[in-house]
Amino acid sequence: MTPIPFEQTLILAAVLFVIGLAGVLARRNLLLMLLSIEIMLNAAGLVFIAGGARFNKPEGQVMFLFILAVAAAEVTIGLALILRQDHCARTLDADAADRLRD
Amino acid sequence: MNVLFLLAAGAAVVSSLAAITRSNVLHAILYLIVSFASIAVIFYLLGAPFIAALEIITYAGAIMVLFLFAVMLLNLGGSAIDQERQWQPLAAWIGPAIAGLLILGELLYILMRHWPVGKSGTIVPSVEVGRTLFLRYFIGVELAAMLLLAALLGAGRLGRRDRTLAVKQGGGHDADSL
Repeated sequence: MTPIPFEQTLILAAVLFVIGLAGVLARRNLLLMLLSIEIMLNAAGLVFIAGGARFNKPEGQVMFLFILAVAAAEVTIGLALILRQDHCARTLDADAADRLRD
Repeated sequence: MNVLFLLAAGAAVVSSLAAITRSNVLHAILYLIVSFASIAVIFYLLGAPFIAALEIITYAGAIMVLFLFAVMLLNLGGSAIDQERQWQPLAAWIGPAIAGLLILGELLYILMRHWPVGKSGTIVPSVEVGRTLFLRYFIGVELAAMLLLAALLGAGRLGRRDRTLAVKQGGGHDADSL
């Protein structure tokens, strides 16, 4: 396996994180905001894996497993909330999420 | 050299960009699956084959299927795509693009100042990962289990169908578009 320069992985992670951030900031559709958060979480996981491989420690992969669990929980709750909002307000607009209670 | 890495990185960036710019939610989800698959390739190249498999199974598999089911439950019609176009004029991207480029510039600047030297490519064996996970970070496993249980209960509570509300409002997206 050819070794990969550490900094290239970090640059890729930074680019992916910024793409996800721009998605969260720009989109109005709640589903797509959740998708962008997934991209950001993945970029964070990439840094952990790269660090674990760089310093030859298993902790990086352990942390990725925790990120995986957090992402799964976040998506479950997020999608349930989105379905709830669609049920109440009949829109996926993030600006309409202030009426979630009714 | 690391042609494979560069190819996978390019695919990940392009498909992530495509995922956040599509008007059709289904297309965005499919692009995101491509992105996750290429990140899985990168994990494999970084020497984490177990995590690469998990990325495919959990992210590209389970989480994206969850999204697909949500899209199916939302009953989005063709009108959703038009509304999405209306919500996302090109001008809506200017602010986020500037903010994103600013943060990317800062991150790259920090990277340049403390240029991290070194190569990653040593395979950390999965046995070692499992041992660390279940011996040193066992409390984390317990907490993750509790978090997932809480998420399950929360989703069940939130997803419960409120009958009075359904009767009161009735109809769906298609009824709105008429």
